[in-house]
Amino acid sequence: MVISDSRPERSAVLDARDLGSLLEALQLRGYGPVGPTIVGDAVVLRPIAGVDELPSGVGDAQEPGSYRLAPRDDGRFFGHNLGPSSAKRFLFPPVRSLWTAIRIGPQVRIEANDDPPPKIALIGLRACDLAAIAIQDRVFGREPYVDPHYQAARENALLIAVNCSQAAATCFCASMGTGPRVGGGFDLCLTELLDAGGHRFLVEAGSEKGDQVLADLPTTVATERDRRAARAESDRAQAQIQRRLDTDGLKDVLYRNAEHPYWNTVGERCLACGNCTLVCPTCFCATVEDASDLTGDRTERTRIWDSCFNLEFSYIHGGSVRTSTAARYRQWITHKLGAWIEQFGTSGCVGCGRCIAWCPVGIDITEEAGRLRSEDRAPQPVGR
Amino acid sequence: MKPTRRPRVAVWKFASCDGCQLTVLDCEDELLALAEAIEIAYFPEATRASSPGPYDVSLVEGSITTRNDAKRILKVRKQSRIVVAIGACATAGGIQALRNHADVADYTRAVYAHPEWIETLDKSTPIRNHVYVDYELRGCPIAKGQLLELVTALLAGRRPNLPVYSVCEECKRKGNPCVMVARGVPCMGPVTQAGCGALCPSFARGCYACFGPCEGANVHALDAALAKLGVGEEDRLRAFRGFNGYAEPFREAAEALNR
Repeated sequence: MVISDSRPERSAVLDARDLGSLLEALQLRGYGPVGPTIVGDAVVLRPIAGVDELPSGVGDAQEPGSYRLAPRDDGRFFGHNLGPSSAKRFLFPPVRSLWTAIRIGPQVRIEANDDPPPKIALIGLRACDLAAIAIQDRVFGREPYVDPHYQAARENALLIAVNCSQAAATCFCASMGTGPRVGGGFDLCLTELLDAGGHRFLVEAGSEKGDQVLADLPTTVATERDRRAARAESDRAQAQIQRRLDTDGLKDVLYRNAEHPYWNTVGERCLACGNCTLVCPTCFCATVEDASDLTGDRTERTRIWDSCFNLEFSYIHGGSVRTSTAARYRQWITHKLGAWIEQFGTSGCVGCGRCIAWCPVGIDITEEAGRLRSEDRAPQPVGR
Repeated sequence: MKPTRRPRVAVWKFASCDGCQLTVLDCEDELLALAEAIEIAYFPEATRASSPGPYDVSLVEGSITTRNDAKRILKVRKQSRIVVAIGACATAGGIQALRNHADVADYTRAVYAHPEWIETLDKSTPIRNHVYVDYELRGCPIAKGQLLELVTALLAGRRPNLPVYSVCEECKRKGNPCVMVARGVPCMGPVTQAGCGALCPSFARGCYACFGPCEGANVHALDAALAKLGVGEEDRLRAFRGFNGYAEPFREAAEALNR
C-alpha cells in the first residue's frame, strides 16, 4: 500500500528546541507549513506560522462518538492522535472552483480556474495518513482519468510524517497493514524521542526534496541508540492498539451478505449525516454545482465534497437508487472494505479510526464489519 | 440572451415575524443588482408602490392561521407563475404551530384581554398544505445566500442548488471540529437540513434546527445520542419542538418524548 523508496535513507537528530529551524527551512524553500494546531476543541491541520502553534503538551482521548483534548505533562509536540482533518482537505479541497463562464455580448468565454495551488508542507502526517494519500494517488492519478487539480496539489506538497508514539482507542492501522510505523511515501519523517538522551527528533529523509531540507537543519549524527529509541516509540504505539478489523476474505463476506437483515439494524442507528465520509481520508466523492450571478453574465462551476449518504448522490433518471439509510450504510462499507479492492487494488480503509470517533452516534466500522462476519451466512449454492 | 422583460416579483406576508422579508432587504450588496434584474411589483414591507398581478414569482412568508389567510393564499397562487414559500413559518407552520400540540383557546385566553375578539384556526399550517408550492426556502430566518441562489437560478432557468442533506456536510466542509463529538454540546445538525452554512456550529454552538428536518432525518437515533450526552427529556422535547416542530419527523420525535 505504501510506496517504498529504495534509495538509501539519510537520517540525523534534531534537538526539540531547534524544531523551529524545520519550519524556517520549509518557508525558505517556498513551502507554507501546514501542521497540527488546536482549533476549537480539536487538533486540526491548518497553516501555521511557528512551532508555538503546534499542540505542545496536548493529548487526546478518543472513543466511538467522542473526542476530548487532554493535557500531557511531557511537552511532546506530537503527543496527540489524529484529529478530524487530514491531508485530503489540502490535496482534494472540500470546495474548489473549476471554471468560470463569462458572457461578453454574444460571446461566451470559459476561463479554467487551474491556478496551481500554493506550495505547502504537510507536517505531522501519520503512517495511516500516508497510506491514505497513496490510495488517493491511485484514485485521482491513474491513467487515463487523471485529476489535474489533485495532481497539481500533490506535486506542490511536501509530506512530513511523524511516527506515532501512542495510539487512540479508535486506531486500528495495524489491522490494515498501514502502521503505526511509517514505511515510506514521505519526504521527511520525524520520530519524537523523549528519554535520558533528551527531547529530540530522529529525522529521516525519504526523498531528494527531503534530503535538501534535512541538510538545512542544525542536526547531529543519529546513533544506534537514537534508532533504538525510535523503534521503542513505534513499539509503544503498536502495543496500545486495541481495535481490530479482520480483513481476511472481508470483501466476500460483505458481498454475500448484501441482503442480510443486520443492515437494517445499523440503519436504525445511523444518522445518514455523512460525517464518516467527510472525515475519511480516502473518501473521494464530489459533485459539481453551477452558480450564476444576477446579471446572468457570469457562471461558475464548483466541485464540492459529496457523500454516498445523501439521497441525491444515487439519483438517476426516475429517482434515487438508495433511499433507505440501511442501503446507504451498506453501500459505504461495502465499497470501502470490499469493492474498493477490485477498483483500486487496495482496501479503501487505512484504519485511522476517524469515522469511529467523529460519528455523532459512535457507529464503529470494525464492530459492524465484525458483527456481519459473525452472522455470515455460509456461501449458499446458487439455486436454479 | 437577456430577457426583454424583467420578471415581476411579489412578496407576501402571512402569520410571521417579517424576519424573512427583512432578509430580502438585507441583501445589501446585491440589492441594486437585484432591483435591476427583477421588478419588485408588490412588497408592502419595502415600498408603498405596488402593481397588480399576475406575478412571475411570489415569495410567501408566514403560515396559515386564519380562515381569511386560507382564502388569501389561494388568490396568491392564482396570480403567480412560481410560488416560493420562505422560512420556517411558511414551510413548517413556524413557532406558532406550538398551538397545534395544544388547545389554541388556552393560548388566546392567556394572551389576549378579549379572547372573544380573536378568530383563529386550530392549527398553524405551512403554505404547501393549502396550495401547490414550487420551491421552499427553509430557515428562521432564511439564508440570504439561498435566496439569491434561488432568484439567480429562476432568472437563468436552471435548477437552484438547494441541498436537502444535513448541516454536518456544510460543517465538515468548513472544517469545524464537531461540537457534539469534541465538546459534548448537543447539536441538531445531523437531522437538520443544510443551507445556513453551518452558522451556529461555526461559532462553537450547537445547531438548533431552524432549517427543519433534512432528508431522511433519523430523529430517534439523534434523540438517543442527546440523552447519552445527558440532555433531559424536557430539553429534548424542546429541541424538536422549535420553529419546525410541526414538520415530520420532528413532530413524531417530540410526540414520542411527550407521552
